[in-house]
Order: sequence, then structure tokens, then C-alpha cells
Amino acid sequence: MIRFENITKIYSNAKEASVEDVSFEIKEGEFVSIVGHSGAGKTTIVKLLLGEEKPTSGSIFFEEIEVNELRPSKLTKLRRRIGTVFQDFRLLPNKTAYENIAFAMESAGKTDEKIESDVPHVLDLVDLGSKAFHFPHQLSGGEKQRLSIARAIINNPEVVVADEPTGNLDPVNTYEVVHILKKINSLGTTVILTTHNKGVVDAIHKRVITLEDGKVVRDDEKGKYII
Amino acid sequence: MKVLDIKRIVKGGFLNFVRNGFVSLSSVLVMTITLSVVTLIIFSQAVLSFSLSQLKEKVDVTVFFNVGASETEILGLKSQLEELPEVANVEYISSEQALENFRKRHETDYLTLQALEELDSNPLGATLNIEAIEASEYEQIANFLDSGDILESNQKLIIDKVNYSQNKLVIDRLISITEGAKRLGLGITIVLVLMSVIITFNTLRLNIYIAREEIGVMRVVGAENHYIRGPFLVEGMIYGLVSAFITMLMFYPISLWLGANMTDFFGINLNTYYFANFFQLFVITAVFGTLLGIVSSFLATRAYLKK
Repeated sequence: MIRFENITKIYSNAKEASVEDVSFEIKEGEFVSIVGHSGAGKTTIVKLLLGEEKPTSGSIFFEEIEVNELRPSKLTKLRRRIGTVFQDFRLLPNKTAYENIAFAMESAGKTDEKIESDVPHVLDLVDLGSKAFHFPHQLSGGEKQRLSIARAIINNPEVVVADEPTGNLDPVNTYEVVHILKKINSLGTTVILTTHNKGVVDAIHKRVITLEDGKVVRDDEKGKYII
Repeated sequence: MKVLDIKRIVKGGFLNFVRNGFVSLSSVLVMTITLSVVTLIIFSQAVLSFSLSQLKEKVDVTVFFNVGASETEILGLKSQLEELPEVANVEYISSEQALENFRKRHETDYLTLQALEELDSNPLGATLNIEAIEASEYEQIANFLDSGDILESNQKLIIDKVNYSQNKLVIDRLISITEGAKRLGLGITIVLVLMSVIITFNTLRLNIYIAREEIGVMRVVGAENHYIRGPFLVEGMIYGLVSAFITMLMFYPISLWLGANMTDFFGINLNTYYFANFFQLFVITAVFGTLLGIVSSFLATRAYLKK
């Protein structure tokens, strides 16, 4: 479903590559954790997949689409097929919890009726039903992350990419977020999780790709966090 | 773009305007200053052009005729003058009328009136007051009066003097002041408007710079560029409309004060002018503000939507 072929990325102001000759493939319905220390290249891989950055060399495929060759308008359509969750939540500060999710649906051209029926449902799913009209600054870290997961899954994406989603959370909220991601995966959605949290990776018991200094050093089915 | 998109964009713009509180307030304030500059310029242009037209009306060429010149000949010259394309109006004042005017002017001056009584006949000749359409055309009219056409007939003989050459200096001076003021006014207008436009543009750019991460989030969520940019344009438009409204409101007491205290100085009542031109003033400020808001927001968002 997703294929990285010999990807190297050197940022314009950097001397060394952030990721170097990285190749891997992710199949539909998989739960893949990409692990490594800070600066290992995890976030770069997410940005490349979303088309936020272009690789210096190599190709990225989403099914048959070559992501790095897409024009901006096509990229927009691709991004609707990928739900994203970030460490810093990236919520729209001037919109309520309800509106944050509704915005993702509006962007995808959904009707008002569909929005009105789906948004409360997904808010209940992440246990935020009572906080629908709270603004992000009125929510705790865990609530913000649950909201950002709700936004990521609202358009039924084929893939959910979670970039260090537990980085800013306490253990209880971390557990909850991981639990929700596993549930999403069990319903058939491919999940890509980047993290440097050993406890999280070990608890998931799924495929682990380990990065070190921008290179893939391990790729284990039902792996653990080993560096 | 679908109707649904437009509806959502407009709603988004309004919500942003309301929720951005302080940012919206500062943008509206800056834009109000810009629109006030524009309105002040319109006011000063009104004063300037009114004063100029008043001054121009006061300038004319007067032809003084010899005492005893026949009325038929004078009227003949009048109709000749009226045919000239440069001439706006010719007023004939007969010698009797001139005497009457003189008496009125010196009503309280018994000495002069007494001296006048001493004379047997009317010492004043008839006159023709000629007004040109443009101040610069007096010279041509004066030349016509000196020209051969008139010399050939005996009309030249009845003319005592033409005061154009005496007034020429003042008229020339007036023309150069008129044109200078127009040029200076245009220069100042361009500089002031440009300065305030740049300040407004930068304020809106700063607002959008603050929202750059939000724009990034919208892109990641999969929103198309027009859908991200739209609410910012609507917000810019609201800044323009609200600022135009505040500007018009602000200029009511200003024009009231100017009308009450400065009418003699300006020669025009600016409060009357404000009410007479209220609709045009509002349309000009609203269109200017709206365009400024939309164009600034469009250019400012472009930087974050390029990638």
C-alpha cells in the first residue's frame, strides 16, 4: 500500500541527510511502529509521506500514486485519504472541538447533514461528547490528542499516521491513545505510529521499524523497541 | 466553487473576525486611519476646488468704453464676444447703470457724491465684463480685443481700455497657484495613500503570519487552497466595511465642527458637504477598504499556500 524506495532527504540548510537510503513497504491493514531516538528521521518520514517535504532522491508510492511527483491540487486529495495525528495536536485554536472535526469534513466536501450526524458520534467515540463546544485551550493534553484522533478518522481514511502522539501525554492518556489507535487498526485501517516511547511499542506487539541516524537498522514483525 | 463552499467560507470569515477579537480590533483601527486619510483628502479637494472656482469667478476681463460710445456698437461687440468658444459669459453695464452702481457704492461718501453732482454729464462709460470658461483663456480673449478684426471696424475707437494687461499678473499668478496646488495635492495624496496602504497591508500580513500554523494544519487536513484562503479574504472584506462605517461615523462630528467654525475660512460648509455626499463618501471608503482588505489578505496568504 505504501512504499518507500531508496529515500534520501537532505534539508537545504543541513550538511547531513535526515533520512538516508530508506526503503520499506507497508501493507494494507498493518500497524507499523517507526521507532528511534529524537533526530533519527521519524518525523521526516511522516512529512515525506504527506507530501509536506519532497525527497532529495528516491520515490514514495501510495498505492500506485507517486507522492513526490504530485501537483498541489492532487496532494490535497491524497491527504484526505490519510488521517494525521501530531505530538503538538495541531488543532485550529479559533474553532471549537466540534468545528475542528467539522472543518476536516467540510474540506472533504461533506454535506451539512452528514457533518451533523457524524461529528457527535465520533466525539462520543473519543469520550469528548460533553466538550463539543470547548475551544482547544479549554481542553487538557489528553483531550486535545483524542480530539485530534477524532479529526484524523472522521473521513474514514485508509491510513492513520500518528507522529509521536503520546509525546506530550501522561501514562494514563498515553495508554488511552494507544488503545484508540489499536481499535482503529482492528477495524481495518492501516496505522503508522512514530514514537520513542519504549513502553508503548512493547505493549503493541506489532511490526516495528527501527531508525538510527536516518537509516533503517531493524524491521521486525511483532517487534520490540531495541536500540 | 460550490454554493456550499461559499456559504462556509463566508461563515468562517465572520467567525474568525469575531473570535480574533484583539487582532480584528487592531486591523480595523489601522484601516480606519487609512480610510480617514482618504476621506480627509476628499474633503480638502472639495475645499480646494470650491475655493478655486470662487476665485475664478472673481476674475474677469473688463472692457471700458469711452463716454458717449453708442450702445448699438457696444452690443455688437458683445455678441461678437459671445460667439468666441472661450467666453462663458458677457455682462453689459450701461453708463447709466455704472453711475447707479457708483452711487450705491459710495452711499455714505457724501464728498464724492457731491463732487459727482457738480458735473454736468455722466463721467462714467459703459463696460463689458467678460468671464472665460478657463482662467487660462483670458489671454486669448484679450488678444481678440486687440486684434485686427476689431481694429478694422471703428469699434476699437470706442474702447477706452481693457483691464486685462493690468490684471494679467494676478491672473497668471492665480493660474500657476491653481495648477501648483493641484499638482501638490496629487503628490501628497499619492504619498499619504501609499503610506497608509503599506501600513494596512503589513498589519494584515502580520495577522496572517500569526495564523500560518493554522494554514499548515488546514493543508494537512486536506483543505483546498481556495477553502483555506477564502475566510481570510472575507475577514479582510469585513475589516474594510467596518472601518468605512467607523470612518463615516467619525467624520460626522468632525464635519459638524468644521461646518460651524471653519465655513468662513474654507468658503464651503463641510457639514453640508458631508450630508450632500454621504452616499458617495461611504461607497468610496467602503470600496477602497474592501479592496485593500481583500488584496492584502490574498497576497499575504499566498506565501503560505505556495508549497
